[in-house]
Amino acid sequence: MDMKANKKKLGLKEKYAHMTRGLDWQTTYQPMDKVFPQATFEGIKIHDWDKWEDPFRLTMDAYWKYQAEKERKLYAVLDAFAQNNGHLGITDARYLNAVKLFLTGISPLEYVAHRGFAAAGRNFPGVGPRVACLMQSIDEIRHAQTQIHALSNYNKFYEGFHAGAAHQIERIWYLSVPKSFFDDAFSAGPFEWMIAIGFSFEYVLTNLLFVPFMSGAAYNGDMATVTFGFSAQSDEARHMTLGLECIKFMLEQDPDNLPIVQKWIDKWAWRGIRVLTLVGMMMDYMLPKRVMSWKEAWEIYFEQNGGALFNDLAKYGIKVPDCITQCTVDKEHISHQAWCTFYQYAHASAFHTWLPNAEEMDWLSAKYPNTFDKYYRPRYEQWREMADKGERFYNNTLPMLCQVCQIPMVFTEPDDPSKICYRESDYNGEKYHTCSDGCKHIFDDEPEKYIQAWLPVHQIYQGNCWPEGTDPTAEGFDPMAKVLEWYHIENGKDNLDYEGSGDQANFAAWRGAATQNT
Amino acid sequence: MAVKALSEYNFPAADTQDKFHGNQLLYVGWDDHLMFCAPFAYCIPPSTKFSELVEKHLPHSFGRHPEWAKVDFGKAVWLKSGQPFQPDMNKTLAEQGLKHKDVLRLQTPGLNGNGTYF
Repeated sequence: MDMKANKKKLGLKEKYAHMTRGLDWQTTYQPMDKVFPQATFEGIKIHDWDKWEDPFRLTMDAYWKYQAEKERKLYAVLDAFAQNNGHLGITDARYLNAVKLFLTGISPLEYVAHRGFAAAGRNFPGVGPRVACLMQSIDEIRHAQTQIHALSNYNKFYEGFHAGAAHQIERIWYLSVPKSFFDDAFSAGPFEWMIAIGFSFEYVLTNLLFVPFMSGAAYNGDMATVTFGFSAQSDEARHMTLGLECIKFMLEQDPDNLPIVQKWIDKWAWRGIRVLTLVGMMMDYMLPKRVMSWKEAWEIYFEQNGGALFNDLAKYGIKVPDCITQCTVDKEHISHQAWCTFYQYAHASAFHTWLPNAEEMDWLSAKYPNTFDKYYRPRYEQWREMADKGERFYNNTLPMLCQVCQIPMVFTEPDDPSKICYRESDYNGEKYHTCSDGCKHIFDDEPEKYIQAWLPVHQIYQGNCWPEGTDPTAEGFDPMAKVLEWYHIENGKDNLDYEGSGDQANFAAWRGAATQNT
Repeated sequence: MAVKALSEYNFPAADTQDKFHGNQLLYVGWDDHLMFCAPFAYCIPPSTKFSELVEKHLPHSFGRHPEWAKVDFGKAVWLKSGQPFQPDMNKTLAEQGLKHKDVLRLQTPGLNGNGTYF
């Protein structure tokens, strides 16, 4: 017998209210401040959590429905891609080095974001942000998983994918840059986490991360990555809105919150921009078919779009971060400085590098008329000359690193691109070196935190980066070979030049087999 | 300003000298030569003579540069933490006050990759 329904189904808004409000109670066995110990120590004052407005009003049942639908589409495309040898449809196997960087450097961040939002959701006493953080936490682990699935297909055919997304993030020197960024945020309180990741990373900088990678994938025929990108896009829109809502909520709750929020915005804008150096390099050097230059992307997504955002936040007293002056100088340099670094340390990297060819250098000259021909073209030409003589330059000594961003000290003085920028601080009788005023300022504000940094170069010298059981006193001990072993980089396969690599040879042979009769 | 934390926040530094097995860190950069993307980090005993640094360690790192052979150490200018520094070739790092994680900049006036800073 059918049940008789007395009442019409609930509307979406009512349903949302029931599922996200009034679920809480005041605890009696323990005081509320012990149940939510992280709610106040950062100094952010919240008077009424019910003032939180969730702009999406997504309920859990609707959430599962949408996500399941997206998963079905994604996996249908991934299956088709795998079955039809989609990997032979990319512009060139050289492109896959950008994908390797994404898998090893970005996918693990999705996973840490999953953990971080779960923790933030647990620690906020308000129900609204808790539900929003819960959904974002689930999104993030879905992103990590779908990225790993989408890219695992390439592991069947190409070098450099075998270590997956988990092993290298805790070991390889350049991956400590994104890892330390998230460690820094996760080891702060929940409000700083929301500004660091929810606002600065997911709102201000997200377009600079995802648009270049996903457009790069589309331009270069990588349907697997493009489809993942589409699948994540609607989540990203929700994450951006959460980040923005969170900052507005903090600023509206109490005027004392303004200086704290401003300090975090200043810090996390700079931290994020330093991490994006890797993206700039990817755009300018690693795509066989390029989308736009890093400088153009910066101007559109940061200077124009970000400018509009900060105009909107000005009514709360928020100012554009101080580092913007430096960034305006840096946009013409950092991608080149990064690629020069990877070129000379390619023996210690989990992807291939190459020198830009004549056509690519002309493109770079046109995109960077103020800097490329003067500072960077001569470097590439000299290295080309050395390589042509059979003396390809590999740097044989470990570099000095910045204590905060952990990038080698490759950045130059704001007013002189010919001079490396050195900054240093003394703390408790020890010296600490930073790459810029931005990183020095962050160090000086919380030195107790950054003195603990796991700096790859120092860790190698301390003897912490070899496989277990390594005996450094053994005869013929080669420290760098052991470091590569510990990194899970197969020397001669995953690293060195693209020219002459297994990837290059295999791609040519397989594509040849698909298009020719010989 | 101190870190805001739930409880006392006091943790050891990761890179104190005692962790380097009797060695110290010394950073050296060569100004105007960006073929080398960043200054170098050396992990060497405090008893290393400055002459050994100049004759053994630096040539190992910088030797591939076409101008390295032209460097005249009699005329080279050194900076330590950005301030003028006069090294004594016959003294060790420790004897001339070069401490763990000190940074030196080598300046070789007239050499700058023929104006390209290579």
